[in-house]
Amino acid sequence: MSAGICPLTVRRRRQTLALMRRYLIRRLIVLLASLWVASAVIFTLVEGVPGDPASFMLGVNAAPDTLAALRAQMGLDQPFVWRYLHWLGGLLSGDFGTSFTYKVPVAGLIGARLAVSLPLAGIALCLSVALALPMGLLAAARRARLSDGAVMAGTQLGIAVPNFWFAMLLVVLLAVRWQWFPAGGFPGWSDPLMALRALTLPAIALALPQAAILTRVLRSALIETLGQDYIRTARAKGLSRARALTRHALRNALIPVLTILGLQFSFLLAGAIIIENVFYLPGLGRLIFQAITQRDLIVVESVVMILVFAVIVVNFLTDLAYAAVDPRLRRRT
Amino acid sequence: MTLLALDHLNVQIGKPAILRDVSLTLSRGEILGLVGESGSGKSMTALAIMGLLPDRARISGDIMLGGLNLRHRSEREMCQLRGNAISMIFQEPMSALNPMMTIGDQVAETLMLHRRMLRSEARSIAREKLDRVGLRAPRFPLTLYPHELSGGQRQRVAIAMAIALHPKLLIADEPTTALDVTTQAEVLNLLRDLAREEGMALILITHDLAVVAGMADRVAVMQAGQIVETAPTRTLFQRPVAPYTQALLAASTHQPSLATRPRAKPLLQVDNATRIYRLPRPSALSPHPELRAVDDVSFTIHAGESLGLVGESGCGKSTLTRSILGLDALQGGAIHLNGHPINPAMPSPQRADMQIVFQDPYGSFNPRQKVERLVAEPFHLTGRPADWRDRVAEALREVGLSPDDKNRFIHEFSGGQRQRIAIARALIIRPKLIVLDEAVSALDVQVRAQVLDLLSALQATHNLAYLFISHDLSVVRAVTSRCLVMSAGRIVEEGPTEALFTAPQNAYTQSLIAATPRIPQHWKEPA
Repeated sequence: MSAGICPLTVRRRRQTLALMRRYLIRRLIVLLASLWVASAVIFTLVEGVPGDPASFMLGVNAAPDTLAALRAQMGLDQPFVWRYLHWLGGLLSGDFGTSFTYKVPVAGLIGARLAVSLPLAGIALCLSVALALPMGLLAAARRARLSDGAVMAGTQLGIAVPNFWFAMLLVVLLAVRWQWFPAGGFPGWSDPLMALRALTLPAIALALPQAAILTRVLRSALIETLGQDYIRTARAKGLSRARALTRHALRNALIPVLTILGLQFSFLLAGAIIIENVFYLPGLGRLIFQAITQRDLIVVESVVMILVFAVIVVNFLTDLAYAAVDPRLRRRT
Repeated sequence: MTLLALDHLNVQIGKPAILRDVSLTLSRGEILGLVGESGSGKSMTALAIMGLLPDRARISGDIMLGGLNLRHRSEREMCQLRGNAISMIFQEPMSALNPMMTIGDQVAETLMLHRRMLRSEARSIAREKLDRVGLRAPRFPLTLYPHELSGGQRQRVAIAMAIALHPKLLIADEPTTALDVTTQAEVLNLLRDLAREEGMALILITHDLAVVAGMADRVAVMQAGQIVETAPTRTLFQRPVAPYTQALLAASTHQPSLATRPRAKPLLQVDNATRIYRLPRPSALSPHPELRAVDDVSFTIHAGESLGLVGESGCGKSTLTRSILGLDALQGGAIHLNGHPINPAMPSPQRADMQIVFQDPYGSFNPRQKVERLVAEPFHLTGRPADWRDRVAEALREVGLSPDDKNRFIHEFSGGQRQRIAIARALIIRPKLIVLDEAVSALDVQVRAQVLDLLSALQATHNLAYLFISHDLSVVRAVTSRCLVMSAGRIVEEGPTEALFTAPQNAYTQSLIAATPRIPQHWKEPA
């Protein structure tokens, strides 16, 4: 008898779907509220700190009427709340304002940088998972043996060594000595192959420490799961050690791994400043760094807002992933 | 015809010998009870047969299944035998199933692993097997997850997994220890029927002699890694030869001396107590449904009296206990202790008249504190007297421990000793009432008998009242003079214990008592 035609199953499924929909709507409301609070906090902090962008641009010896004219042109003479609402309204309609320094729309500026940072973070994350999954499984399966020891030592190194050092090592070996990859710069996406080659080394440098952390989290989660009663049940059913590990332990160990993955994506997107500098990549990290030093407040606000948006969305997706993995979370409201 | 033969099986893990010279035979279709206290080697014997001993274990002797010596099979060959020729089910149904896989997939996995078959085919056989163990089609679809089932239902899923391929041998390791009596009776009946109908041999591992009395053809008794006696079930109960078997039987029917005393003044008064939980709304606009976990419950405990409270899990025992202890507020009615109202805001000194001993002797102590500090803990209710160290020493002496034990940590004690420490902790501020929440359920029979004797001696010397909460009817019967039966939040029957057990009036009480495994009365008389 197929399960799909059973009326009870259908009702249960419908119930679950209704619960899911309510959960999703509630989470979306929370998401929007967090974004709004974040926008207020960011604007207050950035515009509230000392350091007038107009006087910074004109230098210390500027004439007062020139300064006043520039302030009026930049909208800095308007009241604080009005400026906030103006900025927020712009954000909602996709108009991020005009950069003080570059005199170009901020939206275009950020878009160009995201075209580098987003793929970089994505590739780094995929690499980190691709490295961590087999290593974590191997270490957990061969716990307290030589291969486990080697993995643990390797990850210790991966966590201890800063990623820019890896970056320089990669440049020295793969770019300078063997010339497989470019040492830096970004040619743009007109030639996707070249663009990917340019992103390879920075992605590896970013991924290595993350992979080390992820491996350790996966290993300890797996080892904990392997001690559970249902693993013993699986072995009593005739599953080999390896199959019990991949079929029963892995999925149960995924929750902590997903948590770390969510955190890592946010970090990779925003925290790649050093790597971007090592490889001269025009990414978000370098943009925000330059904008802060030049008091380009409108750019700072918008980039931070984009990052907050990314973090909140990633958290939201992580929560959805929990529910996808663990059936016990699906019916909880 | 012999199916399984263990021949001088020895197992060592590290230095200590876990099994010593274990020899056993089992015929086709036979039910063998393997009985012993915790740590006697029952589970290790089962794991040795399954080839699932820890890696560090060193093993000698032979395990013959059919004509096959399992000792010389490779891990790959053992994987083919497990779940196929030999299956096993375990004690903890709540954690024995993978929480992230549907029950249908978990049963089908056994089939797909050992027989080349499609998933759809395996699932249709899984459907038959779940029907066979009593989880029938429309009510229990294959798409259910374990968390949507009760403990008894989960154990049925585990059984369906184990019998899916008609194994010649099924090992059931304490399969019903974690279940309520009526569920236990159902699962035991199912196992017996399966063994009879499918011609499957069954090794039933248990600490409960009454369980094997109703089930097994033969019984083997284990002690400290050795089999001390094997005999047909009836012979074993009527003419136990080994002194250890005799001691076990004596302990399982042990009757502590009950102090009978004239009716004293009421100590704890529960009047129309009602506890209501609000459940989540089914939809955004409808009102919260309510669950009356404790529904209009009234009873009285007199000073120096033992009152039993029995009921199955989910009946409201624990909720009622929390209210009696003043941890949760009532939604209706009142509880008085010594004339003082009990509620979460009551002053600490009034709480000192009442103490509790919990079920879990392992989880209810802080592992980083020394016994002295653990036992002295209730003094925070009354303020620590100047002679508190002497009081701790005295309390330890009273429960049969040495005053020197105060400097040790809790992990250095056995389960029974820990429960003695828990009793010392309850005694130290001289309460008038001790709530014993499944306090002896986790203990082996002999240890349990000792702890029950201790409780009855303490009751006599200190004029203590006990509220004895348990799902184990035989224990309640042995130690209480009056008993309440609780079901679905209500007290369904109340009366003198002996009368209630011999002539239960309420249908629910009758079903509970009928489901309790027991050693037949005529076996107990010398043959």
